[in-house]
Amino acid sequence: MAQIFAYIVHKEGTPDDTAVELREAAKKIDSNADVTAIVFGSGVDAVCNQLTESYKEVWKIDNAGLAYPNAEVIRRALVSILPPDCIFLAPHDTFGMDLCPGLSIKLDSPQISDVVDIEGSEGNTLKVVRQEFSGMASTHVNCDISNGAVINIRPGSFQGEGVKGAGGQVVDKTGDAGDISESSRRYLEVVVAEVGDVDITKSEILVSVGRGIEDQDNLEIIHELAEAMGGDVSCSRPIVDAKWLEKSRQVGTSGQTVKPKVYLALGISGSFQHMGGIKGSPFIAAVNKNPKAPIFQLADVGVVADILEFVPELTEKIGESK
Amino acid sequence: MEILVCVKRVPDSSENEIEVNKDGSDIERDDLVYSVNEWDNYAVEEAIQIRDNVGGSVTVVTVGDDESEEVLRREMAMGADSGVLLSDDAFEGSDGKGVATILKAAVEKGKYDLIMTGAQADDGAAQVGGMLASMLDLPYASLVNKIEVIDDKKIKVGREIEGGNQEMSEIDLPCVLSIQTGINEPRYVGIRGIRKVASVEIPTYGSSDLGLAADAVGAAGAKVKRLDYFVPEMGEGAEMLEGSNEEIMEKLIELLKAKGGIK
Ligand SMILES: Cc1cc2nc3c(=O)[nH]c(=O)nc-3n(C[C@H](O)[C@H](O)[C@H](O)COP(=O)(O)OP(=O)(O)OC[C@H]3O[C@@H](n4cnc5c(N)ncnc54)[C@H](O)[C@@H]3O)c2cc1C
Repeated sequence: MAQIFAYIVHKEGTPDDTAVELREAAKKIDSNADVTAIVFGSGVDAVCNQLTESYKEVWKIDNAGLAYPNAEVIRRALVSILPPDCIFLAPHDTFGMDLCPGLSIKLDSPQISDVVDIEGSEGNTLKVVRQEFSGMASTHVNCDISNGAVINIRPGSFQGEGVKGAGGQVVDKTGDAGDISESSRRYLEVVVAEVGDVDITKSEILVSVGRGIEDQDNLEIIHELAEAMGGDVSCSRPIVDAKWLEKSRQVGTSGQTVKPKVYLALGISGSFQHMGGIKGSPFIAAVNKNPKAPIFQLADVGVVADILEFVPELTEKIGESK
Repeated sequence: MEILVCVKRVPDSSENEIEVNKDGSDIERDDLVYSVNEWDNYAVEEAIQIRDNVGGSVTVVTVGDDESEEVLRREMAMGADSGVLLSDDAFEGSDGKGVATILKAAVEKGKYDLIMTGAQADDGAAQVGGMLASMLDLPYASLVNKIEVIDDKKIKVGREIEGGNQEMSEIDLPCVLSIQTGINEPRYVGIRGIRKVASVEIPTYGSSDLGLAADAVGAAGAKVKRLDYFVPEMGEGAEMLEGSNEEIMEKLIELLKAKGGIK
């Protein structure tokens, strides 16, 4: 079996949750594998030491120039340090999406992205599960790994203990990483998202609206329902893309992470990027006209209905019940 | 600036309920409404705006079958100057790398300063743009939600990262960018616009026109192969409220109240 590597995303001296999830995914590829974690950054000893608990080896590439992760630079360095035909795991997040497709070309290995499950490997064939059409259909995918593979793992999909007590050692690979100066793509700064008029991260009750609302004018009924319930209005991404609500109301991986008690999803399909922003296991109620919408797999209670009719009636009933 | 935008014809997920067919070999394709991939449409709009600001041209290209011509015409009606269809039976069954290989050959037939793709399409793989960039040895940025032309050698781009924050970088031209939704507001395309470009010739290139080796693309070259489609069973799923509208609302209000969802 090929050697397995895991790319560790970290922040403020702590590995991301995906560090454990990638270890879990590696177990599903080969339960006996010794997996090597790879850490790029500046001053990453604390991160590396934490990883020795679950990884047999931790490769660190530590340099002031890596203080902000630039996928273009890190890709080049990885090509220098990775052995041929290895299996390289990374999270399917905004960094992994930037890094991995090109990495697979440079390593001459196939890439499978956004993997939600791994069924196992037989000889040189790895069988995984992916989703298409925003989660409305799943697929089994076979990948020929005779020349290794670059695999992006969906954050949150590989829950488990990972591995404990690996007693790993940290190996400094900075010297092998080649030129890590920025060249054709130069990082400037991060512009932090604007804060809006309502802070939905603090809301206990969220009335969340998606593309099913069809028209900006229809948003009125959502505001009325939120008012009747004593909650705040949040939304999925297409509503923000259309500029119908401000970005600060968007729930999801590229929006806000919310922790309400109750989350009412109206005309939202339930994509993983949207659901990824809902934490703390709230009570989720969903109204969608499509009985097969993925949101019904994830919600606690569901209603198949047209929100344009259902929502105004519900608002009225809530008013009466008070 | 000479701009190439790679687009794809996909089932319109806001218009369709996607269902897996009986034997799981495909989704039900009858009666599906197709359109241009949402992300690609933002990319074309961005390209048109850049061209209108600094001059140049916008070419749209797709790997697909004869029916894919309709999305090229749609994007030309929007304002793209020309379209190119890459079509060949040999392309069938290509994986992401195969598609990138075909596009690379098309890129090399022209001379482009900026190449754009959508961040992802219906298969959610988000890989063709990055692969294409590495094949061409060009710099790449994914999930781009802002572009500012500095001069004819470099541009400033914003990438959307976690939490809606924006990572700003400077990137040399030529480069490849994958475009995130929300970067602009794509213009509306009416029937009349589409009629105007109905008779514009769209060249079609096949495998031999592009000088592609038979085993580099299509099923023969694919190391990643989809085996089937299925509907997963994910835990228990929601308790579905049924009955008359009246009953459903009562039950829902009762549950919401119990969980603290009505103040
Ligand atoms: C890198 C990246 C980051 C992303 N980040 C986010 C994010 O932070 N947040 C986010 O939300 N998305 C995010 N997305 C987008 C995400 O993939 C989905 O496209 C998006 O969540 C879909 O929003 P939606 O559910 O409102 O729309 P759709 O998926 O189009 O779903 C609309 C739903 O409404 C239903 N419907 C339609 N009409 C009615 C009606 N009249 N009554 C009842 N139901 C109706 C339909 O059946 C459908 O289920 C991201 C994507 C990428 C690539």
